[in-house]
Amino acid sequence: MTDLPRNQHIVASGLIAAVGVSIAYISFTQEPADAFIFPRLISSVFAVLAIWTFGKAILGRTKVGNGISYDAMRNMLPGLIVAIIYVYWAAKAFGFYTATAIAFFILLSLYDPSPHSELKSWGKRLLIAAGFIAVMYGLFAQLLNVFTPQEIFF
Amino acid sequence: MEFLYYMGDVFTPINFGLLLLGTIGGLILGATPGLSPTMAVALLIPFTFKLEPQQGLILLGAAYTSTVAGGAVSAILLKIPGAPANIATTLDGHTMATKGEGAKALQLSFIASAIGGLFGVFLLIFLTPVLAQWALAFGPSHLFWLAILGVTVIGTLDSSSVVKGLLSGCIGLWLATIGFDDIMGAQRFIFHPAVSGGINVIPALIGLFAIPQVITMFTKGRRNDDAEVISVKKHPIRLAFVEVFKRKTALAIGTITGSIIGLIPGVGGQIAGLVAYDQSKKFSKESDKFGTGHSEGVIAAESANNAMVGPSLVPLLTLSIPGSPTAAVLLGGLLIHGIFPGPDLFMNYPQVAWTFIDSMLIGQLLMCIFGLYIAGLAASVARVPHAVMAAIVLGLAVFGSYSVQNSIGDVYVMATLGLGMYFLERFGFSAAPLVLGLILGPIAEANFIQGSMIANATVGKATYFFTGWLNWLLILIVSASIAYSVWMEIMARRYTTKDDAVAKEEALS
Repeated sequence: MTDLPRNQHIVASGLIAAVGVSIAYISFTQEPADAFIFPRLISSVFAVLAIWTFGKAILGRTKVGNGISYDAMRNMLPGLIVAIIYVYWAAKAFGFYTATAIAFFILLSLYDPSPHSELKSWGKRLLIAAGFIAVMYGLFAQLLNVFTPQEIFF
Repeated sequence: MEFLYYMGDVFTPINFGLLLLGTIGGLILGATPGLSPTMAVALLIPFTFKLEPQQGLILLGAAYTSTVAGGAVSAILLKIPGAPANIATTLDGHTMATKGEGAKALQLSFIASAIGGLFGVFLLIFLTPVLAQWALAFGPSHLFWLAILGVTVIGTLDSSSVVKGLLSGCIGLWLATIGFDDIMGAQRFIFHPAVSGGINVIPALIGLFAIPQVITMFTKGRRNDDAEVISVKKHPIRLAFVEVFKRKTALAIGTITGSIIGLIPGVGGQIAGLVAYDQSKKFSKESDKFGTGHSEGVIAAESANNAMVGPSLVPLLTLSIPGSPTAAVLLGGLLIHGIFPGPDLFMNYPQVAWTFIDSMLIGQLLMCIFGLYIAGLAASVARVPHAVMAAIVLGLAVFGSYSVQNSIGDVYVMATLGLGMYFLERFGFSAAPLVLGLILGPIAEANFIQGSMIANATVGKATYFFTGWLNWLLILIVSASIAYSVWMEIMARRYTTKDDAVAKEEALS
């Protein structure tokens, strides 16, 4: 076991075991049975391996996987929240290009090591975000003719 | 010699232009730490929709070849392997660069890569038709076991835990069953409208390979970890050629090791590079110089990791079983054009198949030529802050997965799978077996159902699936790969200290 608290492994493998058992249950109870022959085969192995992994995690015998440190969690959380809002809501609500430009700029502002106090670094971020969106518009809207929801404006 | 007949097709203006684009783009992407060849190829797939099948494959094949070679640039100049396949290159390549021999190390790596790569592609050219002919005799039971073999071999050999590798494969196989059943039309596991048509492979591949990288970049925070790019002094290229051919043993060991490892499904370029490095060290008269900036180390590692590219496509093109995650992504690229690889690929689509293979041959030469000239530019790109890289990859992943079917549901699938994969990876699960399960799942199921129908009408399921020398051979390989991996895992635990294990995992992640 690595330095990671054992609880993280227990929670993760417990969730996977729950998914495995649920899939096995659904596979063996749903009709028509013929449509679920292959899922039954797969889900049986899935459930057994998942329970085995869960058992090992409970006994503290998990050998691989470093889990997520608190530092990593703290660092990733703001970016993850922005990315989730962007993907699951903003892209459809605001339009792909507008949402991407906003998300891109926020992510740069969050993670770019250049100081936040300098006007120059804000200008650089704006420029990079605008450049990226121009390239994306050229590639997807012009070259590939991809029609995105809301297109470029709100 | 059918490959020569289609060689001219590589040189049409569009095809050659795409080959150049893929090669140069691949070299730059490969030099960027965090952008693996698999991820680069997955992100490129949406750009092939508008192209003819062979044009799309030329672009993807060139990107695959040159991202592997491009990874050497950052390995040598920054001590950061561009891809896992370049880990062994760092050992001597970076030391050479610190001694002022950066240009020489780069030249050696590209020349060795091209020679190894050419040998690998020739192996692909000569082995593929033979195997394809043999594979025509395969029935549903054999194809079922082959698909299972693809998942188990990659699940056991590619993962640090056999159980978790197989579990990843099972997750992939289960994901492949989501949607409507092909025979009965019954709904299976449709828990959200976004997956009512099943999980589309391309958004899934983009999510599984790109999103974990994006989140990993987030975890670094605002830390400025720009590595110093070592400046390179000029070195005559003629001398680099002389040096490569003077180190014949290292070149031969790297090329042959890489080619053999490439043929084994699931064993990637990282293993090829490290095994070739280790074997060259054993057979070298100057073994004590390895690790101190010795040219043989660079030659062995780089010839090996490019030699495995061609052979790694043999199982894909002959049996439709991708032998590596990148081959799985290439399969996705073929499927979107309605081309299903397998034994009859060379009969039904000879132009597509041979032009693709020929382009990989020419691509090796272009990669060598351009690699030598744009190494400096690639190294600069490698220093792009991870904040910019994360935002670019996220944007490309969203647009790329949407453009597959103009469906926002695909974007949700991409993001959900990617998010899930990041957490799975942190707990020791690997993306490769999951991807293989997702891709091979429909093949395994279709052949299982077809085989069951034949068996019910003839000899019964047990006899049909478990007798016959080919079934036995495939079952034996499945069992042997699991047994071997379990044994290796036990031995590794017995002889590896806790600190070694933690350090290895950190390096790999």
